Amino acid sequence: MSVLVLVEQLDGRVKDATLATLTAAAKLGDITALVAGHGDAATQAADAVAKVAGVSKVLLANDPAYANLLAENVAALVVPLMADHDAFLANATSIGKNVAPRVAALLDVMQVSDIVAVESADTFVRPIYAGNAVATVRSSDAKKVITVRATGFEKAATEGGNAAVEPVAAPGDQGKSRFVGAETQESARPELTSAAVIVSGGRALGSEEQFHALIEPLADKLGAAVGASRAAVDAGFAPNDYQVGQTGKIVAPDVYVAVGISGAIQHLAGMKDSKTIIAINKDEDAPIFQVADVGLVGDLFQILPELTEKL
Amino acid sequence: MKLLVPVKRVLDYNVKPRVKADGSGVDLANVKMSMNPFDEIAVEEAIRLKEKGVATEVVVVSIGEPKAQDTLRTALAMGADRAILITSDVRPEPLGVAKLLAKVVEEEQPQLVILGKQAIDDDNNQTGQMLAALLGWGQGTFASKVEVEGDTAHVTREVDGGLETVALPLPAIVTTDLRLNEPRYASLPNIMKAKSKPLAQKTPADYGVDLTPRITVLKVEEPAKRAAGIKVDSVDALVDKIKSLGVIA
Ligand SMILES: Cc1cc2nc3c(=O)[nH]c(=O)nc-3n(C[C@H](O)[C@H](O)[C@H](O)COP(=O)(O)OP(=O)(O)OC[C@H]3O[C@@H](n4cnc5c(N)ncnc54)[C@H](O)[C@@H]3O)c2cc1C
Ligand SMILES: Nc1ncnc2c1ncn2[C@@H]1O[C@H](COP(=O)(O)O)[C@@H](O)[C@H]1O
Repeated sequence: MSVLVLVEQLDGRVKDATLATLTAAAKLGDITALVAGHGDAATQAADAVAKVAGVSKVLLANDPAYANLLAENVAALVVPLMADHDAFLANATSIGKNVAPRVAALLDVMQVSDIVAVESADTFVRPIYAGNAVATVRSSDAKKVITVRATGFEKAATEGGNAAVEPVAAPGDQGKSRFVGAETQESARPELTSAAVIVSGGRALGSEEQFHALIEPLADKLGAAVGASRAAVDAGFAPNDYQVGQTGKIVAPDVYVAVGISGAIQHLAGMKDSKTIIAINKDEDAPIFQVADVGLVGDLFQILPELTEKL
Repeated sequence: MKLLVPVKRVLDYNVKPRVKADGSGVDLANVKMSMNPFDEIAVEEAIRLKEKGVATEVVVVSIGEPKAQDTLRTALAMGADRAILITSDVRPEPLGVAKLLAKVVEEEQPQLVILGKQAIDDDNNQTGQMLAALLGWGQGTFASKVEVEGDTAHVTREVDGGLETVALPLPAIVTTDLRLNEPRYASLPNIMKAKSKPLAQKTPADYGVDLTPRITVLKVEEPAKRAAGIKVDSVDALVDKIKSLGVIA
């Protein structure tokens, strides 16, 4: 089977989510990696993905139309390429989730979203109902369109491959949407979805100031990324891209520290596959303790400063 | 201008889903069902656009079992003007739903279709993007802000790195994220009024759309349970635990 994988990159580096998707793709067949972007970063990413173990070919579409990976433009690039491929895989990230269903509909294929395991060429495992159930599904479509949840797969090795990079004709801007701007935060912290340790804060933090003053120093001590519950994001304590959960980011770090988070099913959906879960909550019956490996019952305003100090 | 809002009836978000013993799916018998929360946000956004004078009519549509009528009545009670119920025996997949919605769009000619970003039962997150593809329209997915000016919609999107804004020529597709708005509750008088608002009943055959599923569910299981954890009784004990995990730089 020939698999086309949409590569996501940042400053020329292949994103971890894509490395996980490449591992899923390797279980299906021969991999062609597609880099769509604009400028030097795209070229560097193409060279980088060419070195990833298991990639046999790289297609590079370097064109201003792909600078922001608008779904309308990327789908128009991918669909004709699918004449030569049996499956299209993208990350279950905000980019992949935006692009892949558009590709699927244009190919008249029902997409399989958010897979966490590949059983065979047509059978996949995916969580449903916020991870409260796990479905094994078989796709009868001749071509497959799939998004891959990074927590389900190891990252492919960034060395060992030696694929050729070929430029590919770009259909260009489709005129259906225009990128206006972005508000992204540069952070020195590890990225949430690939961090080994995450400290997350909930509604109980009470304000943006307290969220910063209490969560950040602990995260610094642990070299951790910072996450949040929906309630904390809605209240403006933390930016939207910190949200962990069914409808936010899905994470599975080695250690997840939940502070003042009750453990609603929608939050658990995003973090319950973490290796070790530590919970701090003043309510000993909070549902978060049902998934926590280590729990401490008490007031976070006393516990956090002391914990950060003693670590 | 007209707005179309597709709404889905799903297991209420407060109900803990139970996997059926025979592994065929999640038990939906005798449990509370509600409008998909993202669709409530979509209905609210459409009503606000009407209240602002941007839109003139809000049409809601649902595809599913006859009881989806309750979900449509809820949307009408919130303030939608009329409803279309397309009843189907098979549980439609996003591709089938998108094909039906494309036909409804052809008939109704809305300038904007506002959908939820995902239905919280199957967590597919596909239908809006598929509908945009089938219609050849632009898509503003995961919206936290929508502004319509003239013949353009400016949509601010919640993306992995923060926020991003796109401009879409109308007609276009928007899908809602959690922070777009806070949906209103329907008042009792409005619930009463909703009972007499028009609700058209259709079938997929009326639109000539084949809903035969492309995906077969082989089995549905409970996720692996986590082993029971422990509680520690002091910060010192927690510090020891954390140190034993070897995560301190
Ligand atoms: C469609 C939909 C999608 C959703 N998606 C998500 C999602 O992706 N992610 C998500 O997180 N949520 C999501 N939610 C929201 C979810 O249902 C919960 O409302 C949310 O997770 C609650 O956040 P919280 O735990 O911070 O707040 P709360 O539930 O209010 O919990 C606060 C906790 O802090 C504890 N506490 C209070 N004071 C202190 C103190 N001084 N010291 C220690 N502990 C204290 C309390 O005991 C309580 O357990 C979604 C909801 C819907 C409807
Ligand atoms: N059966 C349905 N009837 C009406 N709208 C639907 C249906 N299924 C999905 N939708 C719409 O599509 C959105 C995304 O659903 P999904 O792609 O299934 O996650 C939902 O939030 C609804 O707005």
